[in-house]
Amino acid sequence: MTEMVYGTVPTRDGDPILPRWWQTIDKWSLSCVLLLFAIGLLLGLAASPPLAARNDFEPFYYVKRQAIFGGMAMVALVLTSMMTPQLVRRLGVIGFAFAFVALAFLPVFGTDFGKGAVRWYSLGFASLQPSEFLKPGFVIMSAWLMAAASEINGPPGRIYSFILTMAIVLMLAMQPDFGQAALVLFGWGVMYFISGAPILLLVGLAGSIYPIGRFIYANSEHFARRIDGFFDREIDPTTQIGYATNAIREGGLFGVGVGEGEVKWSLPDAHTDFIIAVAAEEYGLVLVLVILAIYLTITVRSLLRLIRERDPFIRLAGTGLACMFGIQAFINMAVAVRLLPSKGMTLPFVSYGGSSVIASAIAVGMLLAFTRSRPQSELSEILSTRGR
Amino acid sequence: MSLRTPLRPLARILKARQKGENPDTIERENIRLRHEEMHDRSRLRAEGRLLVLGVFFIAAFAVVGVRMGVLARSEPAEPHASGPRNAIMAQRADIVDRNGRILATNLQTYALYAQPPAMIDPERVAAELVKVFPDLETDELIALFTGKRKFVWIKKRISPEQMQQVHDIGDPGLEFGPREMRLYPNGRLAAHILGGARFGREGVNSAEVVGVAGVEKQFDDALRDPANNGAALQLSIDLSVQASMREVLYGGMKLMNARGAAAVLMDVKTGEVLSMVSLPDFDPNTRPAPLIRGLASDSPLFNRAVQGLYELGSVYKTFAMAQALDEGLIKPDTIIDIRGPLRMAGFSIRDFSNYGKELSATDVLVKSSNIGIARISELFGGERQKAFLKTLGLIDPTSIELIEASRIRPLLPENWSELSTMTIAYGHGISGSPLQLASAYSSVVNGGTFVTPTLLKQTEVAPGPRVISEKTSKILTEMLRQVVVRGTASFGDVPGYAVGGKTGTADKAKEMGGGYYEDKVINSFASVFPAYDPQYVLVVTLDEPSENSGLKPRRTAGWTAVPIVAEMIRRTAPLLGLRPEVEPEGRDEVLLTSN
Repeated sequence: MTEMVYGTVPTRDGDPILPRWWQTIDKWSLSCVLLLFAIGLLLGLAASPPLAARNDFEPFYYVKRQAIFGGMAMVALVLTSMMTPQLVRRLGVIGFAFAFVALAFLPVFGTDFGKGAVRWYSLGFASLQPSEFLKPGFVIMSAWLMAAASEINGPPGRIYSFILTMAIVLMLAMQPDFGQAALVLFGWGVMYFISGAPILLLVGLAGSIYPIGRFIYANSEHFARRIDGFFDREIDPTTQIGYATNAIREGGLFGVGVGEGEVKWSLPDAHTDFIIAVAAEEYGLVLVLVILAIYLTITVRSLLRLIRERDPFIRLAGTGLACMFGIQAFINMAVAVRLLPSKGMTLPFVSYGGSSVIASAIAVGMLLAFTRSRPQSELSEILSTRGR
Repeated sequence: MSLRTPLRPLARILKARQKGENPDTIERENIRLRHEEMHDRSRLRAEGRLLVLGVFFIAAFAVVGVRMGVLARSEPAEPHASGPRNAIMAQRADIVDRNGRILATNLQTYALYAQPPAMIDPERVAAELVKVFPDLETDELIALFTGKRKFVWIKKRISPEQMQQVHDIGDPGLEFGPREMRLYPNGRLAAHILGGARFGREGVNSAEVVGVAGVEKQFDDALRDPANNGAALQLSIDLSVQASMREVLYGGMKLMNARGAAAVLMDVKTGEVLSMVSLPDFDPNTRPAPLIRGLASDSPLFNRAVQGLYELGSVYKTFAMAQALDEGLIKPDTIIDIRGPLRMAGFSIRDFSNYGKELSATDVLVKSSNIGIARISELFGGERQKAFLKTLGLIDPTSIELIEASRIRPLLPENWSELSTMTIAYGHGISGSPLQLASAYSSVVNGGTFVTPTLLKQTEVAPGPRVISEKTSKILTEMLRQVVVRGTASFGDVPGYAVGGKTGTADKAKEMGGGYYEDKVINSFASVFPAYDPQYVLVVTLDEPSENSGLKPRRTAGWTAVPIVAEMIRRTAPLLGLRPEVEPEGRDEVLLTSN
């Protein structure tokens, strides 16, 4: 009866934690994440041997590494998803502070690994990209500020969060990492949208994208080259996009077969940014559609579950996390099919990369924590407000 | 939205005070309610917006999925293979002659290019390439292959043998791009008519072929228009006639030691140009570069038949005669005073030799008397002369379908004085091209209707506006016949074809202006055949000929241009389907009383 009314099991003191977690977690999304991770390992088997060969490691060196990181990531995911929203908020804000400082000090202590953008800290055994960890923290922080703003006599949280966003975007653009900057901006925009942005402002913002884009195009060679490459009608077959397009064509419906693909040998980023091309070539359109469906399921299911959420903070933070997750996957795949200019964005859980997979796991763990079923006091609210 | 309820409604506060309760609880309660109401509103709004977000994501992922599907279903295209993207192949339409024989067509060939980033051993490739193409330089190739460029054209057109040799080099950095090249299988024949073509915009998979001159440029859009579906452009040219014309003209030019020569053969009814030759000529397959210095008219690219403006001399007498006859000012047997020299404005008009005191109008033409025709021109005067020449198309640029033609405007006297009228009557002081001469002759001999010269095959042509009466046309043709029978063009007689015509020997005007050369002439012969039923007009013009078989060099048209025309008619008339006929007798009596 209680379950029917509240949509959940009431908490009792001394309840075992794991069964309770299992009963309230969004099991669909959880399985989707695990499935994604498995697909990532599978594709890593195909995509990373060329990299290993280039770096003189045994063929599956990177797969093993990814499996270890993945194991850590799964633990992080489960642990995070067990937390209460309040705990997530506290830890998220603390984490954000650390990541923010780390990002700020990148120009001093960071390294560019010869790729033209200073984005990483080299830790010896692994590299760390602070912007990956910053993203979930940023969402929590902004959601907290915005939720506080919606309280009577609350602080002007929206302004604060906007200033924060601009600071981060500026730092990311300096690296330059326009992909992450756009992602952060998008995340903030979505939260602002959900927290009740005036429609007129949204229209104005959408209209200002073009002039801003023109400005960046005129002032950044890095950015201009990629845009030019995108609008060039003839695909230069020796660019990453050219290889990716060919790989997708070669793959067709069912792929050329496991291990038969060619694209991974010519694409320098086959194991990260263009892993979807490897998937398309070796396993065909079928696997690509499955991957698409998984990302869509996680994103849309989370959004639907958040519709029922009554707590503004949880709603905002959950929306930000879900949308950032979904848009990152979308951008990655849209680049591979030339719907968007090349960005350098990883496919969450599937792309190789230690910090990427752990950061994604933390983000999705938070999301799962937010979308857990909990009493929403719907009935009492209906009785107390609308019943009158 | 309901009216905002006050946080501390005075009525309730007062009531609470009376009861001794704390009024602040009322305020707190109201704040809580307001807070809840606000949350409620924002939650409802967020519900809608979350749904919007969900739909947005579904749409975005669907787009990626569809795009992925489209890509996966599309054909894998090697960047250099001749796949379905080469729709440009065989796009330019052929050009054929009036019988459908090919004048210009396309040939598939390949261009060779390099992609230095993909090249394994630039030095070896450069060395091997120089072996295949001796005109390339090893050092330059190595510099290109090791430089920053990602794409280098090496050869625009290569033969299949060369392609195989390049294949055998076996470097992945060398690639072939399919090309459609323009081929003129007849070489120099009709070179000036066809013009030539070159590559326009070039891509890896194809290149545009663009006309640069002649009909290739004139009809460039139509030839490239996909809507025409590759329908060939049919010209009025007859390839076999063109071939024999060129052969005879080339031989004649050499024999007469001329610098250049031009010939135009025209159908007098339709204005179709059956053959047009200009020498020296060129091979349109390897069109030479235009001259940078010197006179454009010295270049083989110069089309003397259309672009060459010459003072053509006595061949213009026909037009003065036609006008005087048509206006009823003279009859063929009218006696004209030819005592000379005729002085006019400090200039004296002389004849080539003394023909006596007077000649009949016919004999003025037969003997080619300058004084006689000048006297005749006095009868109608300059204004009417100009108007008449305009109706014959000798004042304005010709309308023939050659890109070069529209810019060629005949040179006219600035002030059409009495003297000009007289000199123009015998073809000095006015310039024209051989083609204009041919079409003007066609207009006066075909029964008197204007013809528009054309290079396109015509099926049916309505007669143009009347220029002279049919009767005048007939008389004139007979006079022209007499010129050949017993006049200056006696070498022009071809048994069975009743050739008529008028010779013209003009002092050559200096190219830079300032008078005429002493010993350089332009010789022309404008012929019409057969005279009893004119079908064709053939004009031959020689630049600086000199026939040296006698003691003194002979430079009159009767010795140079006329025999060439006779030989041409002898050869081409059968090709044109004309049956040699014995001339019908008794005509002379009807028309001519003298002789």
